[in-house]
Amino acid sequence: MKEEFKVISELIDEKSRVLDVGCGDGILMEYLLKNKVVDVRGLEISKEKVKKCLSNGLAVVEGDAEYDLKQFPDLSFDYVILSQTLQAFMSPENVIKDLLRIGKKVIVTIPNFGHWKVRLDLLFKGEMPITKNLPYEWYNTPNLHMCTIQDFYNFCNNKRINIFKTISLNGQKTSKITSSNLKFKNLISELGIFLLEK
Amino acid sequence: MSNFGKMKSLLIKEPLKLDCGKEISNFPLAYETYGNLNEKKDNAILIFHALTGDQFASDINPVTNKEGWWNYAVGPGKAFDTGKFFVICANVIGGCMGSYGPGTIDPLTNKPIATNFPVITINDMVNAQYKLLDHFKIEKLFAVAGGSMGGMQVLQFVSNFPNKAKVALPIACTASHSAQNIAFNELGRQAIMSDINWKDGLYDGKTFNPDKGLAVARMAAHITYLSKKGLQEKFGRNLQERSDLKFGFDADFQIESYLRYQGSVFVDRFDANSYLYITRAMDYFDLTKQHGGNLSKAFKDSKTKFFIISFTSDWLYPTSENKDIVIALNAIGADVGFVEIKTDKGHDSFLLDVPDFLSTIKNYLNTTYLNINERRI
Repeated sequence: MKEEFKVISELIDEKSRVLDVGCGDGILMEYLLKNKVVDVRGLEISKEKVKKCLSNGLAVVEGDAEYDLKQFPDLSFDYVILSQTLQAFMSPENVIKDLLRIGKKVIVTIPNFGHWKVRLDLLFKGEMPITKNLPYEWYNTPNLHMCTIQDFYNFCNNKRINIFKTISLNGQKTSKITSSNLKFKNLISELGIFLLEK
Repeated sequence: MSNFGKMKSLLIKEPLKLDCGKEISNFPLAYETYGNLNEKKDNAILIFHALTGDQFASDINPVTNKEGWWNYAVGPGKAFDTGKFFVICANVIGGCMGSYGPGTIDPLTNKPIATNFPVITINDMVNAQYKLLDHFKIEKLFAVAGGSMGGMQVLQFVSNFPNKAKVALPIACTASHSAQNIAFNELGRQAIMSDINWKDGLYDGKTFNPDKGLAVARMAAHITYLSKKGLQEKFGRNLQERSDLKFGFDADFQIESYLRYQGSVFVDRFDANSYLYITRAMDYFDLTKQHGGNLSKAFKDSKTKFFIISFTSDWLYPTSENKDIVIALNAIGADVGFVEIKTDKGHDSFLLDVPDFLSTIKNYLNTTYLNINERRI
C-alpha cells in the first residue's frame, strides 16, 4: 500500500489540485498532504469512511463516482486519482471517461488479474483466485469488472487514451512497463499504475 | 418572562437597510455567549438558530427554564466545545426573545409594533448579526454554523461576507425554499391568522392571544420535523391512557396527545406574529435567485471551508437539496465536505442526540482549528 502511495505521489507535481476518487479512509490524501504541497479533495461512497475523513478534517464528499463525478467541471483538477477501484464500477468505461474530462491528468491503479499466482490458482485449483489484493470470494466480491494490466493497456489504446507512464508494482519493487515488456510485466506485477491523459 | 431584563443585548444604532426597502436603526439584538474569546480572537463560532430557536443554544434558558435548544451540541467537551471555542448566538430580528421583532413595544403607542413590523428576510437577519463581529472586535470568525433556517443563515453569511468565516457548517438546509416548504409555512400562518384572537395581529397577549392558531401551526410543523418511520416506532397506533377507542374526538391516540402537548407548550414561549414573520423570511429565501440563477456565484469569492450535513430521513430539507449546495461549491472548486447521516429521526435530527452527527462535527472542528493554525491554510 505504502509503495503504491509513494509511486502516485511521485507522479504528482507540487502545488497541484488533486481529486482522490474512492478515497476510502483518506490515507492516500493524508499521505499526499504530508509529502506534497497539494490541494486535495476526496469522493467516497461509504458513510463510515466519509465520517472518518471528515473527522480528520479532510475535504471529502459522500457520493457515488458513477453518478456524482458529473458535478465536477471539465479540467477542474490537475490530477484525478482512482486507486484500485475501477473494477468495482458498473461501467468502468464511463467512469474513466469522466475522470479524463475532470482531470488534466489521471492516475489509475489496477490490481492485476493477470498475475501468475492468479493464473495458477485458476489453472490448478479450478477456483476463482483469492489473493492479498483480491481477498474476496466470487459470491461476495465487490469487484464486478476484473482486468489485467494488459487488458487496461489495450483498452486505453482502443479508446485513444494517451498513456504517459505505466509502472509495475510487485511487492516493494517498482519498474517501468513498456509495450515491449508488457506480456512479461503482466505476469509478474501485482499492481499496475497508469498515468493517463485524454 | 421575568428574566428578560437579564439578557445580553446589543443596541444597533446605525441604520440597517432591509430588503423590503425600509430602514431600521436603534434596535436591540439579543445574544448569548458560551466559553471565552481567546487573545488572538480566532476561536469564535457564530451559531444561527432555526425557526423557533433563540439565543440560548446551551445551558438553561433563563426565560423558559428549559435546556437550550442545542444543548446536545454546545457546551464543554461537546461538538461545539465551549472549552475551546467562544460560541455566540443571537436571537434573529423578527424573533421574540429580546431582539427587535413584532412583539417589541412601540414607544409612541406603548403597544407592540405587531404587523407594522417590516417584512424581513434571511439576508436582513444575517446583516444584523454581522454587527456582533464589530461588537466583539472579531476580525474573522473561526466558524459559522446552524441547522434548518440556521443553515440558510450560514449560506447567506458566507455569501455576504466571503472572508469573515474560516469554516461554514450548514446543516439540514436548502439554498432555496421549496414549494413544499412554503406550503407548510402557509398552513401555519393561515392557522394563526384564522384564529379569532389574532385580531389582525393586534392581540394583546393577555386577554386575546391566538393560542389555538399558533398551536395548530406548531402541530402541523412538528409533523414535518419527524419521519414516518420515527413516528410509527414511537407511537404506532398506541392509545392514550385508555384501553379502547372512545368513539369521539378526544385524543384517543398517543400521537394526537403528543401533538396537542407540543402545541400547548409552544404557545407559552413563542409569539404568533414572530411565527408569521420568520416563516415568511424562510419562504423568501432563494440564494440561487439572488445570484441570477447560479448558486455557485454566491460563494465565488470565498475561501471558506464548507462542511455540509444532511439526514437520511429528513424529508423537509432532503439530502438532494443539501447536495445541490455541494454541487454548486464543487463547480467552483471550493473546499467542501459532505456527509448524509443515517437516522430515523427526521429533520429534527440536528437538534437531537445523534452520536455520529455530533462526533463528526466535534472532530472536524477540532482538527480543522489545529490544521489552520499549524499548516496555516
